[in-house]
Amino acid sequence: MVTHAPVLAIVIPLLGAFALPLWGKLRRELRDLWAIVVGVFTLVVALVVAVKVLGGGEVWVYTLGAASPAAAVVQGGFPIRIVLEVDALSAFMGVIALLAGIVGLVYTLQFLREEEGKTLAMSLYLLLWAGILGLVYTGDLFNFFVFFEITSIAACGLIGYRTWESRPPEAAFKTMVMYTLGGLLVLLAVGILYGEYDALNIAYISSKVTGGLLDRIALGLLLGGLLMKAGAVPAHMWAPDAYGEAPPSATILLVVNTQAAIYGLSRVVFTLFGGVLATPGVGWLIAAFGVLTIVVAALMALVQKDLGRLIAFGAVSQLGYMLLGLGVGAASLMTGAGFGQVALRGGIFHMINDAATVGLLFLLVGVVQRAAGTKELSRLGGLGHVLKAEGGLFLLGSLALAGIPPLNGFASKILIYESSFHLSPILAVLAILSSILLLAVVLRAFHSVFLGPKPSVLHVERTQWGTILAMGTLALVIVVFGLFPGFFVKHLVDPAVQALWAGRADYLAAVLGG
Amino acid sequence: MPFVVCMLLIAIGLFTLLVRRNLIKLVIGITIIENGVNLFLVSLGYVRNAVAPIYTYAPPGASRMVFPTPQALTLTAIVIGLATTALMLAFVVVIYRHQGTLDGGKIRELKG
Repeated sequence: MVTHAPVLAIVIPLLGAFALPLWGKLRRELRDLWAIVVGVFTLVVALVVAVKVLGGGEVWVYTLGAASPAAAVVQGGFPIRIVLEVDALSAFMGVIALLAGIVGLVYTLQFLREEEGKTLAMSLYLLLWAGILGLVYTGDLFNFFVFFEITSIAACGLIGYRTWESRPPEAAFKTMVMYTLGGLLVLLAVGILYGEYDALNIAYISSKVTGGLLDRIALGLLLGGLLMKAGAVPAHMWAPDAYGEAPPSATILLVVNTQAAIYGLSRVVFTLFGGVLATPGVGWLIAAFGVLTIVVAALMALVQKDLGRLIAFGAVSQLGYMLLGLGVGAASLMTGAGFGQVALRGGIFHMINDAATVGLLFLLVGVVQRAAGTKELSRLGGLGHVLKAEGGLFLLGSLALAGIPPLNGFASKILIYESSFHLSPILAVLAILSSILLLAVVLRAFHSVFLGPKPSVLHVERTQWGTILAMGTLALVIVVFGLFPGFFVKHLVDPAVQALWAGRADYLAAVLGG
Repeated sequence: MPFVVCMLLIAIGLFTLLVRRNLIKLVIGITIIENGVNLFLVSLGYVRNAVAPIYTYAPPGASRMVFPTPQALTLTAIVIGLATTALMLAFVVVIYRHQGTLDGGKIRELKG
């Protein structure tokens, strides 16, 4: 059981997703029970992977279709089998996917109503979860594309399955066009790399890559495809629609889905092309996209009239901070400057902080919409009189989103400010200014939703305990990560940073040996 | 030569995506790109005078076999492409039912 943990972490939610509608046909209680069982089993196996990789500091290679999971290469060091390769960064992404996945599942179980298509939503949710775990665990480029498409299809299904409403399918179509185009760019790059090196194994290609013209084209295509999926600014138009229209229980996993694209980006830049990245140009490019995303999304958030879309632009802008951290890290990889490591630490730490913060805010948007029947800021107001705890959580999430100490958003953003200042002060200044702008935006949203006179016609629905539990968990993460960032950085983030910064040789050796 | 055709197909598809507003034509554009990429993948595996990689069917004198991986990749990509195309067309049908038009310029209920 333990030796097969990496593949089980993908297989269990996959099987769970396809079997769930069948249980739903029998009885609804069985279906819910099945979802809980699948969630618990996935949690256990993925935690086994995370503990072994993050705690033990090894790279876990799992070979599919071989007698022994260790046998990935034939004689001469040529890999022929599909491998899952979990290094510290993959394991870290797995932890994020677990946190978001479990919290979202608990929320879904109680929050969604049967007439909102609960069976469909839960099934697609588990499928998306399996896809994300596969995307971060795989060590094979073609499988990377396959999981990329699994997450795309599941995510778009999740956004647009409510076909009886007019807006969700439209958002889903927009998203689907971007995701599919991104996926095809990735596939074309995979084809080019296969044509050059006759292999699909990331470690093997990385050991052979020369950095010629074709390699650069492949790198460009991969960056383009992954940035589209991540929703970086020139290709961000799908993101607010998708976040705004998807059921709130699913949005948290959609956010993690974009982070999986960022994971892919860092895998490509630091591992696949890590040996030939002679100029800081690629890093600068990513950092520039990051700053552009931060600034444009914060400005767009300013003019939103819908609470869901406002938070969605906040989420897009948070993504820019991760890109900025990664970009600064990549730009200083060749010179080995110490601030590059700090930037990576900030960018990677920000991923888990963002999943908690933005996730909490989206869950709260769902609660607000359920309580007041609308998401339009002009029609909301005074909800703080009835939803006291929710108001407090929203304030907490808003402050964390804007990066106010002592919350977790500050702990990671300060690292990004510090390090990007070393590369270029303009980057840091723009990032800080956007953060302040974002603070104004979210506080305005808090003010117009929760403060003000008590509304006379308010049909209040009590928030269920499962929803509270889910949101409470995320709030706990926000506070604890903010108060004790050192502990989590040391045990959770730093192994992942080292995997990117200095772990390329280990990643290659784990598959190819020697 | 086949690579030129692939790149041409991809370029035509991208052009379609950029200039067309009709949702069905967007889907067609995506499909054209997809076919270009698939053609690229399968043409990567072409070897002159080689036979299919099925051991029992190979003629006695055959000296070369093609590597089956690109064909397997292409098949997988085609199946995935079918799923995405079907899903996109399903969304188009639903959008048409709700809004009575396929013009991407008129639909934009979600703006900003």
